[in-house]
Formats: sequence, structure tokens, C-alpha cells
Amino acid sequence: MIELKPFLKQLISLPGLSGHEGPAREAIAAAWKPLVDDLSVSPLGSLHALKRGSGPGERPRILLAAHMDAIGLIVTNITPEGLLGITEIGGVDPRILPAMPVMVHTRSGDLPGVVAQPPDRLLPPNARSKPVQLEHLLVDTGLPPDEVHRRVRAGDLVSFGTEPLELAGDTLVGHSLDDRAAVAAVTVCLDELSRRAHVWDVWAAATVQEEETLGGAFTSPYAIRPQIAVAIDVTHAKGPGASDWRTAPLGKGFTLDWGPNTHPALFNAFKETAERAELPYTVTVYPSGSGTDAMGMQIVNEGIPTMVVSIPLRYMHTPVELISLKDIARTGRLLAEFIAGLELDFVEKKLRWEEEA
Amino acid sequence: MTEQPHTTPPAVGAEQLALLERLCNASGVSGDEGEVRKIVLEQVRPLADEVQIDALGSVLAVRHARGVEAPLRVMLDAHMDEVGLLIVSDEENGLYRFVKVGGMDDRALPGKTVLVGKDHIPGVIGAKAIHLTEPGETENKISLDTLRIDVGPNGGKIKPGDRATFATRFRQVGPSIFCKAFDNRVGCAILIETLRAAAQSGALDHLELLVAFTVQEEIGARGARAAAYRFDPEAAFAIDSTPASDLPRYDAREDGAIEDAGYNVRLDHGPAIYLVDSGTLSDPRLARHLMDTAGRHGIPYQVRQPGAGGTDAGSIHRVRAGVPSISISVPARYLHTAAAVARRADWEHTQALLWQALVELDRGILAQPR
Repeated sequence: MIELKPFLKQLISLPGLSGHEGPAREAIAAAWKPLVDDLSVSPLGSLHALKRGSGPGERPRILLAAHMDAIGLIVTNITPEGLLGITEIGGVDPRILPAMPVMVHTRSGDLPGVVAQPPDRLLPPNARSKPVQLEHLLVDTGLPPDEVHRRVRAGDLVSFGTEPLELAGDTLVGHSLDDRAAVAAVTVCLDELSRRAHVWDVWAAATVQEEETLGGAFTSPYAIRPQIAVAIDVTHAKGPGASDWRTAPLGKGFTLDWGPNTHPALFNAFKETAERAELPYTVTVYPSGSGTDAMGMQIVNEGIPTMVVSIPLRYMHTPVELISLKDIARTGRLLAEFIAGLELDFVEKKLRWEEEA
Repeated sequence: MTEQPHTTPPAVGAEQLALLERLCNASGVSGDEGEVRKIVLEQVRPLADEVQIDALGSVLAVRHARGVEAPLRVMLDAHMDEVGLLIVSDEENGLYRFVKVGGMDDRALPGKTVLVGKDHIPGVIGAKAIHLTEPGETENKISLDTLRIDVGPNGGKIKPGDRATFATRFRQVGPSIFCKAFDNRVGCAILIETLRAAAQSGALDHLELLVAFTVQEEIGARGARAAAYRFDPEAAFAIDSTPASDLPRYDAREDGAIEDAGYNVRLDHGPAIYLVDSGTLSDPRLARHLMDTAGRHGIPYQVRQPGAGGTDAGSIHRVRAGVPSISISVPARYLHTAAAVARRADWEHTQALLWQALVELDRGILAQPR
């Protein structure tokens, strides 16, 4: 049995910014290895795992995709004082950065640091008493200037350094829970499937570059050629500053996301599965793009029926993302239930448009 | 000058670092200094002749002079409190509204982890996801009114009136220290080590040492006033920490020179001696004594650029008939945020300067014209 909390805490303690997912990939591969029949790595770095089904001959394939890349920062320049200029990777609000702990990844090892906000009087007049934008924020490693110049170079990656924190109500706080929480949910699913029969082949992918280019989403389904692809991601949980229609309650189950990246018949099948298994859920809607790997996967090859399942999370893209562990476990369980219930003729029988029936 | 036994100033080693770590990790928001007081009491009780807690909660420790008639009464001061947060209402489901205690920049609050109350219940100050912001919204400050401390659903046991501090844990990196509450646990650590060295060496036996670990400095230097009244000293040294703004300036020259910037003080330049701040005109005889002492012993020091800011000296010098006072601070960057950066060497040099200045302090210095 996979221990969800320690595994996830380990995952969110590892670097792995978009385009540089290596450390996360290794940990995920180690966790998946005993649960699957085959592991491989795509040319862009996505981790692919195959767990064969019990059906005869060439079995239909379902792809579960959760992205393993994290948002973060990257060094742009080094000042004479040995401070680091930075910019962002993946979508960072500069207002959460001042005084945040970070880890600078250099050729000669990792350097802890902190994001420095210069006092107003050192800033241009029009930048004072306002949130300090990225161009004026710095990273201070506490090291002498000559050592910084020797060890750090422009292009070195900077991960958020806030450590995981367990809070009340079985919740976990940390950075990169978007989307390593979903990787953990897929892991829970694989673990459960190791004790349950399923006729379909199951492909699990820990994808790369979701936050920037959807590079993993566009490429993983190409060779796998799944009949169904499911993107597992996080969505905005209700909380301080977030209460509108785009949000879902925290700790009350996963969301089934309805919109143009979601195949209507798949949506119904997932809904039936959740109800049959008595798993709580809410439905959220998105008008255009789901902001998940489904956007890429849907248009790979001749097009793939996709589904989006999300885990509510507060304070997305901050170092204090907050998620319910119960919701993660429920998501893993939903995926396993759905897969265990898939008949060999599901595509022909169920994956139909209303007008075809 | 009276003849003194030969001594070297107290150094900063593993034990001192371990003590500063404990002091910095303790929660001690102004008005709620109990955790720090406990550590201070445990440290000073074996070193002082008299220890008491005054009406406000400051720890007052006295080490009497030995073998001297009418010794000089010298007050050493460091505040125990730190800036932090106060829970003001319970909004249910583990969400709490809070206000600031002491001067903090609102811009450094979102995205930080905190510890609430005496049980150190962990929580976070979240921020709206960037995906949910309106165009241009990130140009505007996040209003304090919209921030909450989130301890997780149904996280109980917290009530209005509880204080919260940043959850940052003390860390050493190369020549530096990263921590919360460096302002002013470093001052507390320096006074404890000064007492320890005095007890061990006898080098300060010519002085009546009146050591105050004060409360509520960050909200008006209140503890120091009551402490100074009770001690009735002839001279006072406030040991504190002051912001180093030695960062690049937007209009820095091509070579990055910042010589002309308002840096206040700089890291790696040693203890900062105060001449003028917004609360005190330092006693010039004490200022001269500190600079001369530093020069004689080769201890690096810097003059804090005259300007805004204040220390307990602002309260102490106006107590009773007046007390000749001065402040010495350890420079640190990003004070009053979740993570300050300071240099171990600046701390050690501050400790050494205070020590040598005390070893060589006598009434003759104060008898000089002001």
C-alpha cells in the first residue's frame, strides 16, 4: 500500500521546474516501478508507465496524465553585490515572493536563499509603495559576492523553498502541490489496481512542461494512442479571495470538470462511477480551455476523447498551496473504480454522441 | 582607567549559535514575550546576583560589582519582543482575521507560513491564485483586509488575542544566518554572553551591571522606560539590530557602485554605532569611547547613517534626570519579514566591541564634556 502523505511530502520537496523535471521523475518512477509492468521516458522527459489489463489480444488503452513540472524562478543576472536578478517560470504573482525561502540550483550544488524586496528608496520613484515587480526583486544567498559569481550563472533555476506543512483537517501545505497532488492520486489509483482486475491497459503519464507549453500533453498520447485520456489536475478551492463560480469546496471531494475539453459521454461515465462508488464530488464548468493537459491531449493524433478531473486546492501558484489529502485519495479511488469498470467494448457502446444513439 | 584582568571578548561558537537558534525560533510578539523570557531566565539565573521580572514582563538581571566602592552603574538593554500578528476574529472553518503588531511591510505577508498561539499551531497566509486575478491586479497591493490565516478546516483551539509569528526556522548558510526575529534576539544573545563572560572572567567586576531584557520595544520602547527607571543607571547601552539596505539601487552606476545610496548600514562592516536616529541623540562621549575602543582593538565598526528608526535608547535617555545613552546594532537585511539575513561576523564583532567598551569604561569617560 502506498503511503499517500509521506510520498506526497517527498514529491513536493523535490525540484523539477518546467523543462527540468528530472528529480521529480526519478521519485515518481521509484514509486511506480513495483506497481506497473513497464516504465519509459519520452523524448521530452515525461514518465510513461504501462500496467497491462487482463483482456485478450490488443486491449484498449486509457491514459491518466498528471503533470509533474513545477512553477518557479530562473536567474537572469548577478549584481556586483552578489545578489541574483530573477524572472518567473510558469506563472508567478510577484506579490507572494518577498521574504520567501528559495533554493538556487547551481552546477556545484543547491544554495538556499531568500527573495529580497529592496526598500522603496532604492527603487525608481514610480515603483515605490507598490508591489515590487519581478524586475526589481532579488535573491540573496547569504554568500560573499565572489563565491556567488563563481557558483551561480544566468539560467540557473530557482525553486520555491517553503517546506511542507501539515495543517488541521487532514490538509497539506506546500509548493508544487499543483500538480504533484494529482501525480499522487494517479499513484493511489495504480496501487489500488494492483489489487483489482481490469481488462483495459492502463497508461499513467507524469507529464512535463504543462505550466508553460503543454509539451508533455501534446506528446505523450502520440505513441500511446489511447482510446481515452484523463487529465488529473488541481482546481481553485473556495477560500480567502476565492469564492466565485470558478471555485469548489475544499475537502468535499474532487471536481468533474465540464467544458469543451471534456467528452460529454466520458463526463457522464465518470459521474456514474462517482455515484456508484459513493464518492463525493462537485461539478465545475469552464467556458473555453480547462487549463490542464486535456487541452493538449484532446488534439493529438486524430483527436482523443478526454476527461478532466480536478482536486480543489487553495492559493494556487503560491508557496503555500493547501489541499485535502482525503480529496487526493478519493480522486485515486475514482480513477481505479472507473478503470475497473471499463468493459472491452466501452468505446463502441458508451463513448457515443447523443445524436448517434 | 582601573587595571583590568586580561581577557578576550566572548566569541561566537557552536553554543552561542545554538542559543541564538532557540531564541529566534521562540515566538515573542510584543506583549506576549513569555517564550523568550523563559529562555532568558534560564540563561541568566546562574550568571546574575539578582533576577526579577518587572511589572511589564521585562527580565531585569543585576550583576553587582566586586571589590569596588561606588561602582559605575551601567545599563545594558536588549528587547525580547518581535513584530508579528494578532488574531482578531474567528471566521470559522480554520480561517482567522489578523492585524499587525509592530511595523511590518504588508507586501511581505502573502504566501508565508506562520505559527499561531502558545501551541504553535501551523497556518498559512495564502493569496488569491494568479489565475483568478483581474488584468493589472498584480500591480496593486494585496489589501491586508483580504488576507486570512488559514490553519486548515476545523482547525480549532485558536482564539482572538492569540499571537502569530512567521514559521521560518533558523538556518546557517556559509557566513550568514537566515531567521526570523533576529531583531532582537541577537541583542538578547549578546547580553547573555556578556553576563556569562563577566561571571567567568571577572573582567567587568568594576561595574554594577544592570541588564534589561525588555518588552514592547517594537510598539513604542515601553519596557525599556520602566526598566531604566528601576535601574537608575549612570550610562546605558542599547544593543539591537538595524536594517541593512545595502542592495543595488535602480540608478546605480555602470559599475554597480552603491556608495551614494541610503544604505543605513551594510553587512560585513561590523557593529553599527548610532549618533542620531529619530528617538535619540547619542551621548557623544559614549560614541567616542566606542569608536576609540574599536580602533584600539582593531574591531571593525560602522556609523549608522543618521536617520529614521529608533531603539530602546530613545526611552532610556529621558528617564528620571536623564541617562547618557547610546545604541549599537548588528546589521541585518530584511528585518521585520519572515526571513532576515545577517552575518555571524557582524554579531561577533558587536559582542566584542560591547565587551571591550565595558572593560575600559569608567566614570572618567562620563566626566568629559558632552
